[in-house]
Amino acid sequence: MAEKVLVLAEVRDGELRNVSFETIAAGRKIAGDNEVVALLCGDQVSDFSERLIHHGADRVLLAEHSDLKNYTTDAYKQVILQVLDEESPDALLIPHTSPGKDVAPRIAAKLNSGMVSDAVDLEVAGDEVIFTRPIYSGKAFEKQSVTSGLLFATLRPNNIQPLEEDPSRSGETSQVSVELKDLRTVVKEVVKKTSGGVDLAEANVIIAGGRGVKSEEGFKPLYELADVLGGAVGASRGACDAEYCDYSLQIGQTGKVVTPDLYIAVGISGAIQHLAGMSNSKVIVAINKDAEAPIFDVADYSLTGDLFDIVPLLTEEFKKEMAGA
Amino acid sequence: MNIYVVMKRTFDTEEKVEINDGIIDEEGAEFVINPYDEYAIEEAIVLKEAHGGEITVVTVGNEDAEKELRTALAMGADQAVLLDTEDLDGEIDHYTISEMLSAFFQDKEYDIILGGNVAVDDGAGQVAPRLAEKLEINQLTTITKLDIDGESAYIERDVEGDVEIVEANLPLLVTCQQGLNEPRYPSLPGIMKAKKKPLETLDLDDLDLDEDDLEAKTRTVDRFLPPEKDAGKRLEGEPHEQVQELMSLLKNEAKVI
Repeated sequence: MAEKVLVLAEVRDGELRNVSFETIAAGRKIAGDNEVVALLCGDQVSDFSERLIHHGADRVLLAEHSDLKNYTTDAYKQVILQVLDEESPDALLIPHTSPGKDVAPRIAAKLNSGMVSDAVDLEVAGDEVIFTRPIYSGKAFEKQSVTSGLLFATLRPNNIQPLEEDPSRSGETSQVSVELKDLRTVVKEVVKKTSGGVDLAEANVIIAGGRGVKSEEGFKPLYELADVLGGAVGASRGACDAEYCDYSLQIGQTGKVVTPDLYIAVGISGAIQHLAGMSNSKVIVAINKDAEAPIFDVADYSLTGDLFDIVPLLTEEFKKEMAGA
Repeated sequence: MNIYVVMKRTFDTEEKVEINDGIIDEEGAEFVINPYDEYAIEEAIVLKEAHGGEITVVTVGNEDAEKELRTALAMGADQAVLLDTEDLDGEIDHYTISEMLSAFFQDKEYDIILGGNVAVDDGAGQVAPRLAEKLEINQLTTITKLDIDGESAYIERDVEGDVEIVEANLPLLVTCQQGLNEPRYPSLPGIMKAKKKPLETLDLDDLDLDEDDLEAKTRTVDRFLPPEKDAGKRLEGEPHEQVQELMSLLKNEAKVI
């Protein structure tokens, strides 16, 4: 058991990301009864500290600075290295998100440490922690451990079960005295392309449209269904190439990799490119006119027919279901 | 402008993956340049066209990777370097590879180093940021637009779907994301010329490295295929009948609602 685990929590668009709780839960697995310390970087993020403790952190470190509002490699690297130096944890867990993917390998290189990237699961085997990670775009998996340096991994969002929220938990929150220097990247602007609402990478339900949706207008019923389910809308590369939607929605080899509880593929044929991004979803529903569409080979439930008939019916049924629940 | 591209030979993603005793079976599989590295090569060529200079492509691997290096030369790179792993017996990980690359770059002058944002086989995305750290240079990952004016770079990054606009100075390491460009296919004259372009192989001695310093810092315990999924259910009947059945299955069988 590690005596102290440091985990990085993450805020995006003024909200604490769920992956923060998942990373704490993974930290708890490694720490057992020992200490899990969460580090949160940003500008004015102290309001989130309590929720991190309620979700299982023993202690929270806040690194607050106007230069931490937008992620930059140098600023985050400096803070994390400083905290590692002050806290000397035995293990470090970082979300495998845009900032995490960027900074974690640099920390590993600086520390001359091994690191496991993009883990979806972990098991503690004596002194060793073995991480499971997808390879070949999810067509295979490998189990890996760190043999030299810090016990260090990045964790893919939406795979590790967070701990149940416990409002009776309490813990100390303290400020990191942030001193940033020689920041080499200037963030000029962040242009929001994502639809707002539910983050595709963290969504429990995704409704994805393909070429079969036929137009930008054709995505409307998908958004209505997503609204009812509290899910996010995604798309295949085909739909993005045809300009029915923005590339920020693309799921697949070259887009996002997602693993929601429920994935509803609408008018998507199921090219291997697309399957690489979603085939590890827990339950896959496919709706397609073409009974031969390859998406049906990976779907748990296949509906053959016109999506413009089926999707609105489904929305109605879910509305009834949600009203009843 | 001194332009470098770090690239990787990868298993073609269209290939079916088979595993024997924890080892990926590569027998007869097609190999390609990692698709994200193709964006890096293309962008290097675009930079050279705009600013002049020379493009060097570098890879870590064995002699099989010469094929992919030649392809990069045929696209328009000027010279290629293979950092040969033949002398390494044990496991090779991101640490090993970034140490070899870092040793190669020690005596080089570079304005920009480009790579793919991730390799589609291993999917870790560790090597490029590790290299940037070793070289103590700035990095910008998952870029979708790059304009260089003198010493300064204007860059757009894909940040999980949003676009981040940043400025930074050279030297710089960037990793390339889909949307940056459309990689060209090698032309026939390009392929002919590539055969005469320099391709140098460097071994550990050439890099002044010792096998002991390159020992992997991670251990792969096992590799396996995901459990076969049960064949899915095909729902039948009119749309409303299929929808009714789906609702019942999602509730009672899959238990997701």
